[in-house]
Amino acid sequence: MRNKIPRVPVREQDPQVRRGNFEEVCYGYNSEEAMLEATRCLQCKKPSCVGACPVSIKIPQFILKVEEGDFAAASAIIAEDSSLPAVCGRVCPQESQCEGSCILGVKGEPVAIGKLERFVADWSRENKVKFTDVKPSNGKKVAVVGSGPAGLACATDLAKEGYEVTIFEVLHEAGGVLQYGIPEFRLPKESVVKTEVDNVRALGVKIETNIVVGRTVTIDSLLDDEGFEAVFIGSGAGLPKFMNIPGENLNGVVSANEFLTRNNLMKAYDPSYDTPIYVGKRVAVVGGGNVAMDAARTALRLGAEVTVIYRRTEKELPARVEEVHHAKEEGINFMMLTNPTEILGDERGWVKGIRCQKMELGEPDESGRRSPIPVPDAFFDTQTDVVIMSLGTSPNPLIASTTPGLETNKWRCIVADDDGKTTREGVFAGGDAVTGAATVILAMGAGRKAAAAIHEYISSKKR
Amino acid sequence: MYKILKKEQLTPIIVLMEVEAPRLAASAKPGQFLIVRAHEKGERIPLTVCDYDTDRGTVTIVTQIVGASSRQICHLNQGDSFVDFVGPLGKPSEFTELSDDELKSMRFLFIAGGLGTAPVYPQVKYFHSKGAKVDVIIGAKNRDMLIFENEMRAVADNVYICTDDGSAGEKGLVTDVLARLMENGEQYNHAVAIGPMIMMKFASLAAKKHNLPIIVSLNTLMVDGTGMCGACRVTVGGKTKFACVDGPEFDGALVDFDEAMRRQGMYRTIESEADHKCKIGLGE
Repeated sequence: MRNKIPRVPVREQDPQVRRGNFEEVCYGYNSEEAMLEATRCLQCKKPSCVGACPVSIKIPQFILKVEEGDFAAASAIIAEDSSLPAVCGRVCPQESQCEGSCILGVKGEPVAIGKLERFVADWSRENKVKFTDVKPSNGKKVAVVGSGPAGLACATDLAKEGYEVTIFEVLHEAGGVLQYGIPEFRLPKESVVKTEVDNVRALGVKIETNIVVGRTVTIDSLLDDEGFEAVFIGSGAGLPKFMNIPGENLNGVVSANEFLTRNNLMKAYDPSYDTPIYVGKRVAVVGGGNVAMDAARTALRLGAEVTVIYRRTEKELPARVEEVHHAKEEGINFMMLTNPTEILGDERGWVKGIRCQKMELGEPDESGRRSPIPVPDAFFDTQTDVVIMSLGTSPNPLIASTTPGLETNKWRCIVADDDGKTTREGVFAGGDAVTGAATVILAMGAGRKAAAAIHEYISSKKR
Repeated sequence: MYKILKKEQLTPIIVLMEVEAPRLAASAKPGQFLIVRAHEKGERIPLTVCDYDTDRGTVTIVTQIVGASSRQICHLNQGDSFVDFVGPLGKPSEFTELSDDELKSMRFLFIAGGLGTAPVYPQVKYFHSKGAKVDVIIGAKNRDMLIFENEMRAVADNVYICTDDGSAGEKGLVTDVLARLMENGEQYNHAVAIGPMIMMKFASLAAKKHNLPIIVSLNTLMVDGTGMCGACRVTVGGKTKFACVDGPEFDGALVDFDEAMRRQGMYRTIESEADHKCKIGLGE
């Protein structure tokens, strides 16, 4: 019988302290805590957690090694399936994936799989454990567009298989959304993101930054002129949505993408960096997803009083429960069942408030959530200096518009099958560019599937 | 790293640089822009592609000191490198789609303001090489801010110079020259204005008055320059556009310049703390 103890709690930075800094909220387990938590795993013969993991990490096996104190072996098991464990251990929605299907969760609390993964990854980094085993080069070149989770996962598997992989990244740092989107206090850039990107480089993957695929080069020039046998497009969903309501172009209205990019990629919170950011005294964040929570908690740390405005109720918030909980602990206000109808400006063209309409919940919509319905004539104004629009993102149309024959759907997403095959021969795609904005781990899963399909495509071409 | 192969001080505050960027040089087209970072902690600064040489693999940029970041750029020397130099960004000028035959029979009027003269020059050179007729109005604050005068004279049919203080050419604004040309019955197929927002606003108003179609190139705020941030939002014909991916060139008659100028000032308070003094008349 396994150890019937409660889930080992994880240490976190005090909310009153962390609301004033950008250091990581969660400290993670130490080795004693991790080994103790690992004893809770039932070591199921048919583990449902593995099936619920988009990259199929061999969860019971690595947890057993943690329990035995053989962290290097645990790390090797994870590395077979994931190149970004320190990232995933931090940002995966484990509650709806591995931990959500853990048998222990039926009656009590599931094994803290995410925290264990994070512990193993952090231990490996601190102890400089690296996995650089790759098959000998087969001389075949594959191009990967975008160095976010999908691209990194695809590049990793192809490099291990012996391909010469070059990733083309438009920004000046590799990592995609891990760099520009997710804040430092959830995902440290220097220690975690850069290290895991460097681990991918250590497999022989080249990363060329500052390349705009669709402008500097095109998919066709990569295939025809540069000798790449296949291309994987993992360009993400980077285009911000706005509400198209009056006053949205006033000074002080920004997209969550702009706000987070200034702070994360450009490090505006650090006075030694040049990029400016503006929060004023009061910030309103419109939206209820993880990005909205990230923007709200970033604005709070920059010194503003922050309110999240969401048109449904807390129950329907798309953000992870953990993020909402952290945001509340830190003192973020939530204004539910509220929808902005106009941004109000002063005589100089700066935001001074938002006109909102009260909402109520109606019947469930196609997403299964109860849909918000405006309450007639129930308008009110609220004061704010800055409005951050966090309404989701859609894929950038640049690549599709410069690649003849590459089909997209009405949401501008690239059309691809389950293996990532697009409507163009030799061109594969996966991650947010195909699905629209989703999670890091789903993008990684898509990158891995596409890597397998690319291997099969190139191998069959040779014959 | 992107090495500066040549640096030329055009005026005390305007600098021309030829930068080694082979991929960019091979893909750039007139009307597009690029983004540079001078150092690891620097801002991403959008600049118009002023010229490019595919054979040498170089791209020419021209920068004027207007704030802390442009000062850092201007203070780099020949042999130094930019940490980042990315592009080309934005759509090429729609005139690049015209055939040589079409261009041969066309006549253009370019209106260049200050630093905007730099990106105008290669376009004029391009049109001239295709057999089109091109006149150019160059407006500058004073003689010290006047650039590319001789180069322009070599490729344009007529060059009209005006300065705010009369220290070079005639004393007056580009719109005065434009009005006079129109009143004299000069005929053009199209005008193109590149320069400070305020100049493009009044050039567009004047062109509209004379039913002259006009294209402007908007130098809005940007972070990534690829459509991600939306800092460059501009209202064109009542619709919100992103200058970085929908532009940077737009129909001047349709642009809401007052909003665009106001939005340019979004970070000015912060910038002025970081040693910003506008020398081109914006925000005055």
